[in-house]
Amino acid sequence: MSVLVGNDTRLIVQGITGREGTFHAKGCDEYAKQFGNKLVVGGVTPGKGGTIHEGWPVFNTVEEAVAATGANATVIFVPPPAAADGILEAADAGLPLIVCITEGIPVLDMVKVWEVVKTSKSRLIGPNCPGVISPGKAKIGIMPGRIHKEGSVGIVSKSGTLTYEAVYQLTQRGIGQSTAIGIGGDPIIGTTHIDALKLLNEDPGTEAIIMIGEIGGSAEEAAAEYIKAHVKKPVVGFIAGQTAPPGRRMGHAGAIISGGEGTAESKMAAMAAAGITVVKSPAEIGEAMARLLGKA
Amino acid sequence: MKIHEYQAKEILRKYGVPVPSGEMAITLEEADTAAKALFSAGNAVVVVKAQIHAGGRGKGGGVKLARTIEEADAASKAILGMQLVTHQTGPAGQKVQRLLIEEGSAIARELYLGLVLDRASGKVVFMASQSGGMEIEQVAHDTPELIYKEYVNPAIGFQPYQARKLAFKLGLEPAQIGEAVKFMMGLYKAFIETDSTLMEVNPFITTKDGKLLALDCKINFDDNAMFRHKDLKELRDISEEDPLEVEASKYALNYIKLDGSIACMVNGAGLAMATMDIIQYAGGSAANFLDVGGGANQEQIENAFGILLSDPNVKAIFINIFGGILRVDVLATAVVAAARKLNVTLPIILRLEGTNVEEGRKIIADSGLKVQIGATMKEAADLAVAAAKGVN
Repeated sequence: MSVLVGNDTRLIVQGITGREGTFHAKGCDEYAKQFGNKLVVGGVTPGKGGTIHEGWPVFNTVEEAVAATGANATVIFVPPPAAADGILEAADAGLPLIVCITEGIPVLDMVKVWEVVKTSKSRLIGPNCPGVISPGKAKIGIMPGRIHKEGSVGIVSKSGTLTYEAVYQLTQRGIGQSTAIGIGGDPIIGTTHIDALKLLNEDPGTEAIIMIGEIGGSAEEAAAEYIKAHVKKPVVGFIAGQTAPPGRRMGHAGAIISGGEGTAESKMAAMAAAGITVVKSPAEIGEAMARLLGKA
Repeated sequence: MKIHEYQAKEILRKYGVPVPSGEMAITLEEADTAAKALFSAGNAVVVVKAQIHAGGRGKGGGVKLARTIEEADAASKAILGMQLVTHQTGPAGQKVQRLLIEEGSAIARELYLGLVLDRASGKVVFMASQSGGMEIEQVAHDTPELIYKEYVNPAIGFQPYQARKLAFKLGLEPAQIGEAVKFMMGLYKAFIETDSTLMEVNPFITTKDGKLLALDCKINFDDNAMFRHKDLKELRDISEEDPLEVEASKYALNYIKLDGSIACMVNGAGLAMATMDIIQYAGGSAANFLDVGGGANQEQIENAFGILLSDPNVKAIFINIFGGILRVDVLATAVVAAARKLNVTLPIILRLEGTNVEEGRKIIADSGLKVQIGATMKEAADLAVAAAKGVN
């Protein structure tokens, strides 16, 4: 089993005619095709409706695309100035799943988006995230499909490359993944650690969970509370930025220690107190999970 | 993006928020002229304030009061050009290159107003406190109940009733409430229209004759929103930033200078942070944070090498690349070409993992470059630490 993305995901790509949109539409579609799934069903680029791009029908609006293709998910590769509008359009069209890859959306745009999306029927993943993959089924995002292996470890992470790192360490040890969810490194994201943990906790196909966080905010502390109260599955945790100086934005817009809040120390302590196996080094994530699963 | 106090006050003034009158000065002559003007306008006290992008300036000796023009000139002379050390500058301090010469105010009460993004609720929060003039982080830590908060509904914006609630909680006089509401509404408008991520008025004062004033103001803008604020972008003062960071920003490299001896080149922000962490666990310290991004090509890697090599503290270079979409062999080729072109002589330690890793390692081995390859991230970190200490 898996969450969010599966065999019946039908995806449209917002910004499909752009360079990134085209490249990753192909990547997602080819990954799903290996498992007999037809994933990408079309795309949206305003003004190019009615054309065919790389074999996919292009629509002017998300509403038209959904009506014509029956899509139940969208991935957004729209540049930052227009990305917030793209998310709102997708939510308005009633798409159950919206994955926004775009990095660099102004945070006040996201404040408005979140006010609408949080009460809509849509689940937003990201922005500024690698997306979601259910190995052996389909992927919506920019992660390299070939390092994954189908299995039962769920992953939730703020960071793209660190997720790949964790996945790779698992795959090398013969441990597969149910779903890896990249929730994104921005201060305001649609799906937080807790939301993703709930999904993985309730998924019967997920046996164990890896949670990767980074400095900034207090989402990891909240997630630790949730794990303590509700999660019986084994959890391995890692926090990036243990040596980051306060007051500096470490690449991700949300990765900043400010006013004493958001330190790795506080997050790691909360996670350890919740019974999570916290590793200090990113090289130990796979090994720690293997030990918990008795596969070391 | 950070700006100076005098720039922040100019913005507030534009939004009808009262601030003390004053002038920015970059020379002693300008400072003298500004101070004279303030004294002849009838001010008994003039304040000379160092303008640097860091807080705690008063404690560090960067703010002085003057009652005569001689005192004002002496204060300007003492502050302009000084290396001002505060808890936010680090031990080296920051050179003061600009002054704000301002009228003195007869302070009755020191309060606090702040606007910031609240990540948990996804809303802008307006904060007020009676504990003005001190570090608000300390107040938040010790006595969080003394910070009053109003969350803003983004659809309708900050409302006058919310400003009134805060104003009454601050214990302002009934006659001051109307002014305070106007003050706060102006601040909110400035925050939204400038795409700020932080706006603090600390202290927000009442004067002995009952007026309200923003005695100090700090504003940070959202870097992601600067594409729609060409005018605000011009407020950037690159002399306040690390020269290597300024250089890196020209190449769209995500670089932050640190004080260690092991330079890092990594793809992805999370992995870049984790690389700094693993270096510390191996007993070393990182010279920088550097995310070359997921699409790093030879040119970007050359640019990155250029930046890393300009840091005189660097004794070894640790390249930690996870090849995902971008294959390891392509990256290895780019690293070899860039290292040859720039004639890099410092020890390079590579940790390559991911797609086409075998081909990538072969390219490095065949290159003849003096590059050590760590089989794992841990081993590579150990090698880098040893190299930086001159062990191998």
